[in-house]
Amino acid sequence: MRNLTKENIENIATGASFMGAGGGGNPYIGKLMVLAALEQGGQPITLLDVTEVDPDALYIPVACMGAPSVMMEKFPCGDEFQKVIRALEKHLGKQVKGTFPIEAGGVNSMIPLVLAAQTGLPVVDCDSMGRAFPELQMTTLHLAGVRCAPMVVADEKGNLSVLETVTDKWAELLARDMTVEMGATACVAQYASTGQQLQDGAIHGIVTKCEQIGAIVHDHKLGTQEKRQAIVEVTGGYHLFDGKVVDVIQKVVGGFNRGTIVLEGLNASTGQTMEISYQNENLVAHIDGQLVISVPDLICFADVDSLVPITTEEVKYGKRMTVFGLPSDDKWRTEAGVDLVGPRYFGFDFDFVTVEELLHERGAK
Amino acid sequence: MAYRLGIDVGGTNTDAVILDENNRVLAQTKTHTTEDIGSGIATAIQQVFADTEIAKEDVTIAMLGTTQCTNAIVERKKLISVGVLRVAAPATHSIPPFTDWDPELVAAIRPQTAIVSGGHEYDGRLIATVDEDKVRTVLEQWRGKVDAVAIVGAFSALNADQEEQVRAVVAQVYGKDFPVSLSSAIGSLGLIERENATVLNSALFAVIEKVTSGFANSLRDVGVTNASLFLCQNDGTLMALDYAQKYPIFTIGSGPTNSIRGAAFLSELKDAIVLDIGGTTSDLGVLVNGFPRESSIAVNVGGVKTNFRMPDINSIGIGGGTVVHQHDDGTFTVGPDSVGYRITEKALVFGGDVLTLTDVAVRLGKANLGDPEKVAHVDLDLAQKVEQQVKQMLEDAIDSMKTQAGDVDLVLVGGGAIVAPATLNGVKQIHQDQLGAVANAIGATIAQVGGEYEKMYSYDAVDREDALADATEAAKQQALKAGARAETVKLVEMTETAIAYAPGNTTRVKAKVVGEIELDTLG
Repeated sequence: MRNLTKENIENIATGASFMGAGGGGNPYIGKLMVLAALEQGGQPITLLDVTEVDPDALYIPVACMGAPSVMMEKFPCGDEFQKVIRALEKHLGKQVKGTFPIEAGGVNSMIPLVLAAQTGLPVVDCDSMGRAFPELQMTTLHLAGVRCAPMVVADEKGNLSVLETVTDKWAELLARDMTVEMGATACVAQYASTGQQLQDGAIHGIVTKCEQIGAIVHDHKLGTQEKRQAIVEVTGGYHLFDGKVVDVIQKVVGGFNRGTIVLEGLNASTGQTMEISYQNENLVAHIDGQLVISVPDLICFADVDSLVPITTEEVKYGKRMTVFGLPSDDKWRTEAGVDLVGPRYFGFDFDFVTVEELLHERGAK
Repeated sequence: MAYRLGIDVGGTNTDAVILDENNRVLAQTKTHTTEDIGSGIATAIQQVFADTEIAKEDVTIAMLGTTQCTNAIVERKKLISVGVLRVAAPATHSIPPFTDWDPELVAAIRPQTAIVSGGHEYDGRLIATVDEDKVRTVLEQWRGKVDAVAIVGAFSALNADQEEQVRAVVAQVYGKDFPVSLSSAIGSLGLIERENATVLNSALFAVIEKVTSGFANSLRDVGVTNASLFLCQNDGTLMALDYAQKYPIFTIGSGPTNSIRGAAFLSELKDAIVLDIGGTTSDLGVLVNGFPRESSIAVNVGGVKTNFRMPDINSIGIGGGTVVHQHDDGTFTVGPDSVGYRITEKALVFGGDVLTLTDVAVRLGKANLGDPEKVAHVDLDLAQKVEQQVKQMLEDAIDSMKTQAGDVDLVLVGGGAIVAPATLNGVKQIHQDQLGAVANAIGATIAQVGGEYEKMYSYDAVDREDALADATEAAKQQALKAGARAETVKLVEMTETAIAYAPGNTTRVKAKVVGEIELDTLG
């Protein structure tokens, strides 16, 4: 258990941008909400290790749902997070003992910290994705049998709805519709979990991991190579490629940004070409036509010199990026996990193979 | 004969040029920028006329490019007190104005803030109506505490009606001459960044007043009495002084813009990359259809994140005074530090003891400056390796500014241009002109008058052609207000951006026009 400083929060926001695997929305607005809550006499934000939670107590993640680009213009009133939590408490007839991020990647990494500063509720160092994903049922808590609903959706005007649904996919569909009516952004609480369920079904230590990544990126004493090495060590990932963006083919399909990014190799990757397909988040990458990584494993971009994370929205011709490949949590690498968020779910006609295996095969050739 | 006088005030130098009606450069001068700015301007004007037979009364247009607004923000000086009215409640209370600002800058602005009901949704619906009585109450509470007001509505880029409505209330309560900035006229999507830019704009009203009156007085004092006066904006166009007084923030970044425009004029190119090598940095900009490309990302001004239009400039630490550090193991690093304006005492060729890129250029026989004997001892192999590295750094910087593969034209300007290599990979041809050193003042002098307009249209509700025509007409009206001659106004840029997640085929349309200065306004 420890309290988070302003510096910790800056680092978590930067790391969350990295762990968004290209998506999840820029954490900037979320970070400002946390800083504002603290400036307005907020309580210290306490981070709890998963081992420190009460196995029988209730923990609920709060999040923002909708279009991150709309949230840059219309962000919450600020009391919605408490309202959705209180409404869910009332519905369940049980008091909440803490909160946690539903996804550690992107803007939703910050929302539980806002609630924590407002209420003093501790934040548990875990999430249910280990990255960012676009839909509500794409969580490891879902895999562990925790239900998304009852779920609460609220807007800044005072509208609030409690949803009971037959499946988590239904929760996604109905909440998504409400979110659009509420102005394409809403505040939500869902996946009410016991401490025991977090210990069993959540991804542990992810907030701290984000913080460590952010601290490396912001460390002015480290050179580029040292930063890169440190990120590889902290994430257990791979330095896949250095390259310059030579093409971005983009289109908006059904509200999602889909496209392909083409990189021409630099440094050790000179002479090679990498292609990355994305839908908000990065999904699949090939080097010279050979698959090297696919969802649910993470494809993360950073500036080739500063290692500052880059989201897919920021990718443009000429950008020089280092591409990291991170193994996803083992909970995703199960049959059920791959069914839920594997390459086939996103429309690719091949089976999931881990980044470790793909790189091993590549090395063997 | 009618003449134009252009003045560019930079951090180190104040430059002045005189052009005739055919845009021929008749006279040019360079003098040091002074602490008070005004005396440096006066000196530059005196000097530039000293070289010519031109009568000062024959100057009909005078334009000024200035960094004083930037300096005021960076130095936290001369800023006035701003009241911020954010029209977005019940939304947006979670991040009040000035969150995460430098406390020193907040102290300098001495703000009052209120978030009042109003704002639009992304699809044009209302978040809430404006509570005018509440706005009046707030303004009464602020009476005597604020010198200017900034009005910021949620999604005002989509619909500015509520900002106008609140402006009318301010006029009722404080009088119609009370200074006000509307965010819809200043920034694009992104409420926090747009609000920040709007606050800075309001805080600069006193600074810009001093700049405009000082410019007018300097000219009158030296005898330039018949000229219409303009300030340079950061998009390469001019604003008449009364317009500039409402939008001081648009002068920020006009220096690099003037260099890019001047380079375009000298090279007669419309599409190229401009490399301006000074004493400390190389600034790279992109010329698109004769104007500088805008930056697409949030720009920091004095530590504040903003989103008003700024030229897309990439600066790297390569200049005439850049220091070459030699290490004990035989390796070296180039910069990023520079001896700056002290080059005439620090560089080897001038008898100093610091190896600079200027010394390297002289050693390689590319320039004849100072005493070449004083660099004869510099290892030729080292000099060549340094130049190779400079070449690589410039090539990388040029490449990062391209939006597509292929070689580009490059225009090389600035006082430090001698340190550039003769050829660069990725570059078709390097264009240089002997007037390159005063490209910025030339850029100021040839500037036209522009206008722009940005709005979101639902193509399901409005015909695309009608939307484009509507945006173009609104931009044209802006240009006329800024002092353009109606029949010369032409469209130079039209951007359409589809908005993800928004139904109704919502598209952001941005139109930009330019035209010649209205002669009727001339004295």
